[in-house]
Formats: sequence, structure tokens, C-alpha cells
Amino acid sequence: MKRLIMRGETRKNFITYGIVIIAYVLLLVLSSTGMMSSALQGLLVPTCTYIIAALSLNLTVGVLGELSLGHAGFMSVGAFSGVTVSMALADVVPAPWARMVLAIVVGAVLAAAAGFVVGIPVLRLRGDYLAIVTLAFGEIIKTVVTNLYVGKDSSGLRLGFLDPNIGLGQGGMMIVNGPNGISGIKKLSTFTAGFLVIMLCLIIIFNMVNSRSGRAIMALRDNRIAAESVGINVTKYKLMAFVVSAAMAGAAGALYGLSQNTVTANKFDFNTSILILVFVVLGGLGNMRGSIIAATVLYILPETWLRQFSDYRMLLYAVVLIVTMLVTNTNKVRSVIDRLLPHKIKAREEEKEHV
Amino acid sequence: MSEFHFEKGKMVPVPSHSIIPERDLGKPPVLECNHLGIDFGGLRAVDDFNFTIGKTEIAGLIGPNGAGKTTVFNLLTKVYAPTRGTILLNGMDTSGKTTAQINKMGIARTFQNIRLFSNLSVEDNVKIGLHNAYKYSALEGVLRLPSYWKKEKAAHERAIELLSIFKMEYMADWQAGNLPYGAQRRLEIVRALATNPCLLLLDEPAAGMNPAETAELMENIVKIRDMFQIAVLLIEHDMKLVMGICEGICVLNFGQVIAKGTAEDIRQNPTVIEAYLGKRGADPC
Ligand SMILES: Nc1ncnc2c1ncn2[C@@H]1O[C@H](COP(=O)(O)OP(=O)(O)OP(=O)(O)O)[C@@H](O)[C@H]1O
Ligand SMILES: [Mg+2]
Repeated sequence: MKRLIMRGETRKNFITYGIVIIAYVLLLVLSSTGMMSSALQGLLVPTCTYIIAALSLNLTVGVLGELSLGHAGFMSVGAFSGVTVSMALADVVPAPWARMVLAIVVGAVLAAAAGFVVGIPVLRLRGDYLAIVTLAFGEIIKTVVTNLYVGKDSSGLRLGFLDPNIGLGQGGMMIVNGPNGISGIKKLSTFTAGFLVIMLCLIIIFNMVNSRSGRAIMALRDNRIAAESVGINVTKYKLMAFVVSAAMAGAAGALYGLSQNTVTANKFDFNTSILILVFVVLGGLGNMRGSIIAATVLYILPETWLRQFSDYRMLLYAVVLIVTMLVTNTNKVRSVIDRLLPHKIKAREEEKEHV
Repeated sequence: MSEFHFEKGKMVPVPSHSIIPERDLGKPPVLECNHLGIDFGGLRAVDDFNFTIGKTEIAGLIGPNGAGKTTVFNLLTKVYAPTRGTILLNGMDTSGKTTAQINKMGIARTFQNIRLFSNLSVEDNVKIGLHNAYKYSALEGVLRLPSYWKKEKAAHERAIELLSIFKMEYMADWQAGNLPYGAQRRLEIVRALATNPCLLLLDEPAAGMNPAETAELMENIVKIRDMFQIAVLLIEHDMKLVMGICEGICVLNFGQVIAKGTAEDIRQNPTVIEAYLGKRGADPC
């Protein structure tokens, strides 16, 4: 048998990198030569953030095999912490790009911490508790942020909960203003930053999947008992995947926050979590390229050409989600799909010959 | 078909009411179970299980369906916590350990209902077995540091070497879930061996295999024992395999040990014939 120069997986990964790079260059040329409408240009960074969110959720759902229904909660943590930092340090760090990087890093770190706190009690249990707990987490974060007041004055950051009166001194500035969220945000995030974070997430995910830790994570997904029987520490690797996933969602949140004038807690609600889940399921579990394409198409379409239907968006997604799950779960449909894809049949016949 | 002949060791009694091969005397037994038991609700699935296995012994655990054989494996690997009794592995107490820790201490197993990582390749299945043999951190993996390439290369070579025990190297890139049944059982053994155990537990390794495959498996079990100098404990309904290669045999019925001894002892034991072997035990196979 001829040995391929590059293993199949590796080649697929490089094609995905290639697609992302080519799309970035094309879109950059289009927008800088003025051939792209400004409405569409405004969607570039949010699209990137949804791609990152979908990639990160795919790590939890597709690679680890655990269901998370509160992924927007981690974006929320990233968005509010990241934007707060970028605004609070406006005088200290003058360079906008540096403040953006700082926001992304802080957003990722705090979301990772949240992921750790949520994951540690839940991921030790057997069963689908993560779905329930992350669902609750998303709602809790929304409520907490809605009642959170953060301001800055000469003495530093001031925090308040439920009570807007946080005793800001002279020249103080309110940053997070309870239900009104953060307003007057300087749009620091750029398309290039979005592209770079996507590339970084892809590299992390692909390199992780193709390493000792990634194999341990996928082993837990495929068969937990067998994985334990070969000496894999369940809690460690589940937590690793989940925390990395949360960190990426946090980075996406920070990037998103810095692309808007205003962010409120309601932006990151259950619907957003489901929206990201739809991207992942439609793109294919464990299929990163699929997540990128699904997130791009499904985010851009309702915002642009299908605007008049956008009220029905959630309804449509729900139907699509159910149909996809039904279709991909029946053996009958699977075998039809297999028959339509000739390379799979060839591979199977090749396997039969050897036996 | 040439008949495979296997020279079993002479069995001698040890204080814990078991027999082990004479060659293993003087070394601590790889496994010693004392009064091991577990209840599921009112059901005493395993009760007062006492068994000792020598360092390089091939031992058998037999009995009718539902006797509690798989449950013993699950107790040994801490899938279930024992209700009663102790398990000593190379003289060390294993109480309070997790399944993963038990594997690191030296027990590896296969499963009656095959449990492969079916979406992954054959090679990756073995490499997961090598998880604790070629270690590097997640960060080294993501950053692709030199240690990553070095360890991955070593793990790849070791995986192929292990697969070659069963002449399965050419299957390395195949998806594990698509393998034929016999190959899946063999891959489970390879994956277990990859963890470098001192005791290998095989739960019905010949189930679903044809006589030719079973005969080959028998030879391979002996080959593995000789190569790695480890002990093997196997559950099997194929009496030809059990009587052919098992040195010490333990018979379970309704969770109770009803007989222990060599193949000859077991074959002639009236209780065992009554409970399990039936007429089959009478004809020398
Ligand atoms: N987790 C469990 N909860 C309750 N009862 C159990 C559990 N596991 C096993 N049992 C019961 O314990 C008894 C022994 O089961 P076990 O699987 O060990 O049998 P076995 O000897 O391996 O049989 P077979 O030859 O069919 O594989 C059976 O009656 C079974 O129903
Ligand atoms: Mg059984």
C-alpha cells in the first residue's frame, strides 16, 4: 500500500487553514477597495466572533462529546471583562491594538476561570449534567451582569451589585451600567484581529486533537470506561477541553464587545447559545471547517439578504436543528449518504480485501 | 491443521488456598483476592472470592452465564467498588484506587462487549493505550515542541510494533469501528498491552471467532505471556481454549467459587460438571 506523504487528517487541516487565509485576503481586498457595502463591512468582525464561538463550542460538543447550552455565558464574561479593561486602561495603554489584545487576553482568562468553576463539579459526574449546569450558568451570568455596576475614578475600579450608587469620586466614569450594559465603546477590534484569533483557535484545536491530550479527550468521548481502563484521568482531560473551549468563547466575547457601540447582558442569552449550537451541529460535530462555513452563512444571511425573515430566525434554526439530528442519526440515511460518496465505498472495499 | 501444544507449568499450592505455577514461587503473586464480594441490591453477584495468580501464570475464570465473571473483572479494575474483601496487586493493597490508577498499577483489560474508540484509527487506539508510556504536556503538543515530535515518533513506532504481534500493522490507518469483529477483539488486546500491564484481563477474547481464529488466539495469548512475562486471567466459554492454555482455573456459579484447580481437576470435578460443563467435560478435548 502506498503511504501518503501527509496523513489524511493533516491535509484536511491545511485545506481549512488555506480556506480561512484566502477568504481573509479576498474580503480584505474587497473592503479596502470599497467594493463592499459598509453594512457588510460592519458584519466582518461579528462574523469572526461567531466563527470563534462555533469553533470553541465544537471543541466541547464535537471533540469532547459533552453538551453545553450556555456558551454565550462565556462570551458574556469575555465581553464585559474585556471591554471594561480596555476602557479602564484607556489612559495607561494608549495604543488601541494593545488595548484590544489586552481585552482579548483578559476576556479569555476570566472565561477560562468561569469554565473551570462550572466544569470542576460537573465534569466528574457521569451523565449529561453539563447541559443543565451550563444552561443555568448562562442565565446566572445574564442576571449578574444585568445588576452589575462598574465604574472608574482616580482611586481605581469600583464595583457595585444591584445598587447603581457605587460612590464614584470626582471625574469618575461609569463603565458597566447595570441593565444598560456598556455604552460608548471605542470600536477597537479589527477584521485582521478576528482573522488572527480564528487562526490561533484553529491551530490550538488541530494541534491539540492531533496530540496525546486530544486523543485522551476523544477517547473519553468515544468510550469513557475504556479510556479509564487505559489509565486516562477523566476529570483532567474533560476539564482541559472545557476550559480551553470557554477561554476561546471569552476571546470571542471580548472581540465582539469591542466591535459594538453598546453591549448589554441580553445580547448573550439562551438564544445566542442555541444559535452557536446550530452552527456547530449544522457544520458537523468535530468538523471545524463545517463550523466556520455554517457560522458564516447562517450569520450573514439573516443579517443581509434574508432580513425580512429574521423574525423567524429562531424558529427556522430549531427546525433545521431537529431535522439535522434526525437525518444524521438514522442508519438508513447514513448508508444513503455513504453510497453517494464514492470514496467511502472504495475505502470499505479495500478493507474487505485484506480480511 | 497442526495441533498447537502448550507446556503448562507444574502447579503448587500456596497458603491462600490457591495454586500457582512452581516457577512463580518466591515472587509475590501478581494478584491476590481475599473474601472479595459485591452486592447489587439484594443480589450477591460475587461472594467470598479468593484467588491467587502467579507472576507469569495463565489463569482462567469460567462459569455459566450470569455467574459473576465479568463482575469480578469490574471489581479488579474498580469499575465497581467492592462491598467486601481486599485485592492485592503485587502485594500492594488497591482499596480506594480509581480505574485509571489501577491501570497505572498494572492491570489492563479487554471488554466482553467490545469497547474501542470506534471513531478513531487503529493506530490512535493503540496510542491512547500508550498514554502514560510516552508523556508530554498539552502545551508541548499544541506548540509542537521538539519533545512532541520525539515522543510521537516513539509512540508511533511502538504502536506499530505492538500491532505486529497480531500482524495488524497494515490496518494502522483504518477506522477502529469498521474493523471485522475478530480484529476488533485483537485490537482491544493490543490496546491493553500498550499500557504495559503486569496482569492482563481478557473477557471472552474468543467470542465470535471461528475455530481457526480461536486456535491462533490461543497461540498468541501464550506468545504474549512469554514475550512480556506477564500474567493473564481470561474469561472464556470455549473449553478447548480454557483447558488448552489455562494453568490455574477458577469456576464461579451464582457468585460463589465452586472449584479451583488445574484443567484436569476441573474437568473431573462432579460439582463443575453438574453446574457448568455437563457432558462436555467428560470428553477430553
Ligand atoms: N451493575 C449491575 N447492577 C445490577 N446487577 C448487575 C450489575 N452487573 C451485573 N449484575 C448482575 O450480576 C450477575 C453477574 O453478572 P456478570 O455480568 O458478572 O455475569 P458473567 O458471569 O460475566 O456472565 P456472562 O457469561 O453472561 O458474561 C448477573 O445476575 C447480572 O445481572
Ligand atoms: Mg460476562
